[in-house]
Amino acid sequence: MTARTRQRALVATVVVAIALAPLVLGKFGVSLLNDIGIASLVALGLVLLTGIGGATSFGQAAFVGIAAYASAWLTTAHGASPWLGLVFALALTGLAALAIGLLTLRLGGHFLPLSTIAWGLSIALLFGNVDAFGRHTGLANVPPLRIGGWSLVEPRAIYYLIWALVGLAFVFNRNLLQSRPGRAIRSLRGGAVLLASVGADAFRVRLTLFVLAALLAGLAGWLYAHMNRFVSPSPFDVRASIEYLLMAVGGGLGQLSGALAGAAVVLLLKNVLQDTLPLLTQRAGQLQAVAFAVIFILLLQHARGGLMGFVRRWTRGRFAAAEVDTAELAGAPPLPRRALPIAGTPILAVSGAVKRFGGLVAVDDVSFDIRAGEIVGLIGPNGAGKSTLFNLLTKTMPMSAGRIEFLGRDVSTLSQRRLARLGMARTFQHVKLRPQMSLLDNVALGAHGRTRAGLVAAGLRLDRGEERRILAEAIRQLERVGLAARAHELAGSLPLGTQRTLEIARALAADPVLLVLDEPAAGLRRQEKLALGELLRTLRGEGVTILIVEHDMDFVMKLVDRLVVMNFGAKLVEGAPAAVRADPRVQAAYLGGAT
Amino acid sequence: MTPEVALILGIDGLANGAVYLLAGLGLVLIFSVTRVVFVPFGDVAAFAALSLAALETGKLPATVGLVATLGVLALAVEIRSLVVRGESRRIGRAVLGWGVLPALPCLAAWAIAGRDVPAPLQVTVAVALVVPIIPLVARVALQPIADASVLVLLIASLALHYLLSGLGLLFFGPEGSRTAPLAGGAVSIGGFSVSGQVLLMVGASLVLSGLFFLAFERTVAGKALRATAVNRIGARLVGIRPARTALLAYVCASLLAGLIGILVAPVTTMYYDSGFLIGLKAFVAAIIGGLVSYPLTALGALAVGVVESFASFWSGALKDVIVFSLLIPVLLLRSFFSAHVEEEEEELDE
Repeated sequence: MTARTRQRALVATVVVAIALAPLVLGKFGVSLLNDIGIASLVALGLVLLTGIGGATSFGQAAFVGIAAYASAWLTTAHGASPWLGLVFALALTGLAALAIGLLTLRLGGHFLPLSTIAWGLSIALLFGNVDAFGRHTGLANVPPLRIGGWSLVEPRAIYYLIWALVGLAFVFNRNLLQSRPGRAIRSLRGGAVLLASVGADAFRVRLTLFVLAALLAGLAGWLYAHMNRFVSPSPFDVRASIEYLLMAVGGGLGQLSGALAGAAVVLLLKNVLQDTLPLLTQRAGQLQAVAFAVIFILLLQHARGGLMGFVRRWTRGRFAAAEVDTAELAGAPPLPRRALPIAGTPILAVSGAVKRFGGLVAVDDVSFDIRAGEIVGLIGPNGAGKSTLFNLLTKTMPMSAGRIEFLGRDVSTLSQRRLARLGMARTFQHVKLRPQMSLLDNVALGAHGRTRAGLVAAGLRLDRGEERRILAEAIRQLERVGLAARAHELAGSLPLGTQRTLEIARALAADPVLLVLDEPAAGLRRQEKLALGELLRTLRGEGVTILIVEHDMDFVMKLVDRLVVMNFGAKLVEGAPAAVRADPRVQAAYLGGAT
Repeated sequence: MTPEVALILGIDGLANGAVYLLAGLGLVLIFSVTRVVFVPFGDVAAFAALSLAALETGKLPATVGLVATLGVLALAVEIRSLVVRGESRRIGRAVLGWGVLPALPCLAAWAIAGRDVPAPLQVTVAVALVVPIIPLVARVALQPIADASVLVLLIASLALHYLLSGLGLLFFGPEGSRTAPLAGGAVSIGGFSVSGQVLLMVGASLVLSGLFFLAFERTVAGKALRATAVNRIGARLVGIRPARTALLAYVCASLLAGLIGILVAPVTTMYYDSGFLIGLKAFVAAIIGGLVSYPLTALGALAVGVVESFASFWSGALKDVIVFSLLIPVLLLRSFFSAHVEEEEEELDE
């Protein structure tokens, strides 16, 4: 059985089981499954936002509440149809998420989750204090849903709607993760600099993800309001948010199925505790919170991968998603390529670049230019300011003074992301790859700036054509660097030297005019260095311009057309390798002056 | 709003702010040494208040049972980890530290419960009774994941809050209590009488925050403690034992929580869950200090107290909403001003 057939069989089994469940279970069981379905929508948003996107949110229950109250209020106070309530609820939740996200998603480190506690608390407190929402008594007599002539007031009736929506949400998100925006989302944990270097805006990606998670929670809220036909403030406080987080962590934050597994386990456990604890002690209600807290802490200590983490290890990945068949991609038309400038035209001109850190001048009035079709090396002893200059050129760091022109444009104030889209691709001294993504996906990330598929198109699977072209491009670059045979391995399993080569493939996938490499030969063995040198020479032959910062003299001298030598932050000498090597100032800088 | 009303609100706000200041100091202390945002801090303060109330009415505080249970758990966990590491000869010292020491305040409480003892002794025992709680809870729940990211520790800390408040409800019941005032009399300032209790609260917080600032910013030992949080492995390489510094921080924080509890108990009716709100507002203050700076935390706490006081005058029901919503602009300003070092975030499930 192939992986694809196995996965399809698994999904089919689950779907059939869910479809047949109401015929087998009693009313109580169906109600429980309804609750699990609704909770799994919220948990799904959390798995995306926290598990994959790396932004912990302690406030998802607030979004559930906003949607529930919005729809309940519209249908009770104004007699509108619940379907109109859905539109209203989602719109309101989306707007709230957009506003909150714009304000808080730029917060770094642990300030972001702290801010989610803040608004989670504020919004929950607001529900109980507004007269129009019935304060602490809440809103009752919320009308049930109706489809055509059928009223969905019975648990068995609304069951199919809930689980149909859950199924659609899962499919949408699964499609999303295997697409261009999905790769950007999966790279959020790699840091904003990684995303900027491929032309993506980490803040926008994160904001979109945040709003998506909020909309999923909003959908759950609407279902909740019209299923229970009653809303009050208590199910939407921070305690509920933490319970949703527990579901996501307990089920497994690394995969979408964790949301469903976690919701099922937590709600079933709650039920079991509610039934058995009163038999053990009189103070059962109070013990439930304690029991849950203990379980959560034990989970964090021993099983941070959650239930699906165990399952994945136990089944040894036999049910993992099928890998893309690379043979299928052969027929895809190539992505449009940039017209490379004629050899000899200046493409990068640095004049008077200065960088000061307080009183220390790290880069002191450096000027040089790079012409199309050549390989330029930037060398110098330790502490010369090469890395700082490198960061200035790639706009990772702002300049204190000076001017940079790229392809005739003044890019001194341009952002890293815009510069990447103009055609400057870079690699990193400390490799920035996504260790849990395959080689193919890592390289495909490089083509982010060349393509356009958005979130909705990806979720609805309308982007397949472009996706095939991206993957075909990624395979092509992998072949160029000699890693095509390992396309489906995880990037984290590669040795460091090979990881650096993979980064070059990613940079090439961006179809650059200028390739800027930060110590690409570090950590490579002799044979690998020879292969790298050959690759770079081939690239030069194809018209790609290369700027390389290196320490390995032997490698650099044989490769470059021109050298720029730095010392103490200033440019020392510039010229052909032989001339630079013979220059007494360079020798003094590296070996010490004659005393 | 007349000037007299404003002055009364201001003094009230400062008194509350003093409490938030102490709590904020405890939160920053724990975070700066262990990277844990210790949410259950307020719960422990509530335990101290409820223990004192129990002692004053002649009953044995239920905290004794709580400390005893935690002590047994922590001792079991410590012995297990010693055996696993092959250091069984240290079991004797472990029993002394984790078993006997926490039992001492329990014995003291048992000795004086129901007897007629002077109020200062009751206060001391009440504080001493909660001092073991945070170190014991941290040993059991947080030390096994001490190397995890701040996020995992934050999640664990939130779980701990629900654990402790659940245990609080279990042991103390849902009724609230108030204790006798610690300092009687009143002082006249500018035509208004300020109660001795308020003066005591403000005075205690000023003295303690001054001490903290000196200890952590000006001594080598204090800096060593802070270094542990920045890089645990680096600290171990220079001979600092992170578990030991963490223990020291937890004990000091527990002591602070106890003091807060007995300071607040005479002025507010304390329930088993009153601590949470105190902790959260202290938390806002700690964030204003960026979770690193004691003087800024102190200023932030006083600001929170005053804002809360005026907000409650304007709208009693929405005062908490206002205070927590304030956290967002504070976070924004903080993030804007602090140089954010971008680190690659670890996978939560690895």
